Amino acid sequence: MGIAEAIVQGVLLGGLYAIFAAGLSLVFGVMRLVNIAHGDFIVLAAYIALMVVSLTGLHPFASLLIVVPLMALIGYGLQRFVLERTLGEDLLPPILVTFGCAVIIQNALSALFSTDAQRLSAGSIETDSLQVAGLSIGVLPLLTFAIAVAIIAALEFVFFRSRIGRAFRATSDDPETAQIVGVSTKHVFGLAMALSFGVMAIAAVLLAARSSFDPFSGPARLIYGFEAVIIGGLGNLWGTLAGGIVLGIAQTLGAQISPSFQILAGHLVFFVVLALKPRGLFPRMD
Amino acid sequence: MSKSALRVAIGLTVITAILAAAPWFAGRADLRLIGEIMSYMALAILWNLLAGYAGLVSVGQQAFVGLGGYCLFICVIWFDFPPLAAVPLAALVAGAAGAIFAPLLFRLEGAYFAVGTWVAAETVALIFAAIPSLGAGAGMSLPTAAVKAIASSRELREWTVYWLLLAIGMGVLGGVYLLIRSKAGLALMALRDNPTAAGSLGVDIWWTRFWTYLGVAAATGAVGSVIFLQKLRISPDAGFSLNDWTAIVIFMVVIGGIGRIEGAIVGTLIYFLLRELLVDYGTIYLIVLGLAGILVMMFSRSGLWGIVERRLGWSLLPTRRLRE
Repeated sequence: MGIAEAIVQGVLLGGLYAIFAAGLSLVFGVMRLVNIAHGDFIVLAAYIALMVVSLTGLHPFASLLIVVPLMALIGYGLQRFVLERTLGEDLLPPILVTFGCAVIIQNALSALFSTDAQRLSAGSIETDSLQVAGLSIGVLPLLTFAIAVAIIAALEFVFFRSRIGRAFRATSDDPETAQIVGVSTKHVFGLAMALSFGVMAIAAVLLAARSSFDPFSGPARLIYGFEAVIIGGLGNLWGTLAGGIVLGIAQTLGAQISPSFQILAGHLVFFVVLALKPRGLFPRMD
Repeated sequence: MSKSALRVAIGLTVITAILAAAPWFAGRADLRLIGEIMSYMALAILWNLLAGYAGLVSVGQQAFVGLGGYCLFICVIWFDFPPLAAVPLAALVAGAAGAIFAPLLFRLEGAYFAVGTWVAAETVALIFAAIPSLGAGAGMSLPTAAVKAIASSRELREWTVYWLLLAIGMGVLGGVYLLIRSKAGLALMALRDNPTAAGSLGVDIWWTRFWTYLGVAAATGAVGSVIFLQKLRISPDAGFSLNDWTAIVIFMVVIGGIGRIEGAIVGTLIYFLLRELLVDYGTIYLIVLGLAGILVMMFSRSGLWGIVERRLGWSLLPTRRLRE
């Protein structure tokens, strides 16, 4: 594989990382919460999709009609009944509660489904590719990238142009005043988490169609999403897409040097950005 | 020395003396268990100092455990160091790694710091897994000659490692207690209770956190080197295990009571009790541990020791400053 092809693949991989990152970023933006179990909930969604597909015979992409609402419901419940109680001045409780969720999900999934690697079969789309200017481009990665752009555009629209987005921004800026003018912060936080979990469900199916997963695949997804957020710059969704692309390219170029260098190259780029531009490559203007 | 400090000093000395004599009245399995409890108690007290006092919630302490372990193996195998002399060197190397990571990771806001420490640990693990002369992913074992250098007979070797674990466990306990009672400890307690107020009263938050992170990294490295001296084998998966060296430790501290030294000790004992009870149920105890941690954070943030302290007014390791 040539350098040019590696770069194209890296860009497309960045789309998937941007979807991992979008849900993380949204929740941090609205309620300053970092969901340590973000990756594990993605893996949970992948297992749910696996069950839906094997029970109903639906195509994995069609299974999203069930998995997205179900995950959104789980997210809303988690926020209202568990995380809500932990929000406040103290940063510790939400981190530790989501960390607890991560450990529970990993061990519960391995008890229920064993630690064998699983995969969602999406049919011929997995291997289809287009020939563009002498480069071979996979259809699934291309579709993933297009979905990433669509998700980010949709989230930007929701955030800046819709009624609920206004409530998100108001609660994020000043929860007490937002409550005075009639915004139910608890409900708004629940909706933000539901939206984040819905995006996770999409990420899960795209991930499960392109590579195998097991109960312990979650932490790496959290880390890639997190790196995309920090490289891109906090609070900027398009920046997050750029961050994902930078991370994706670093990984595919690293893999060119040696397979064991793939993930490490991504981490090193993350640390270089942190050292040189701690606010990320595209910080939000405020 | 104040009266309360004298009582603590006498108490700890008596306990240490009894435990040090354990090889003469306890069996091999018991010694191993007490040694393991000591290593986890040290890790729990150190993580508690970091997260509970300095507000640095790290999920990447496995970086320093693994570094300490690898450092000992490298010193012994490559440079013919006596194993015991490699322990302080392991602390030095882990502390140096902490000094490199801290300025980078401290740029991350609040909870993102936690994920950052995780990336740091993953990075270190990947680097070690990529070095062929360290056995890459398979890791390496201590050669027989080096093992014999610890002590001539197997029994004496097990005793030596046990005493080393005891020394490190009680050393960390006593050291952290003295630190909390010192002037620097006053800054740490102020930081724990209210970072903003501590800053405005003249506590240099950045440097206090930096030295705490560094000290904890070094001590964690020392603990790691002794843990793997006992195991005689190290690999990237074992050395840099998130579950073994950080996740379990976090739950110990949270359940026992974060922000109190007693909490870390009580949490360690509860964990081992739970593990012995649920030994037949595989990974169930991890799920139970996770659930217990979540419930504590939701309903009683100061953990079991917090409840004891409030209800009964007990304090085994008093750190309050009263005129006596």
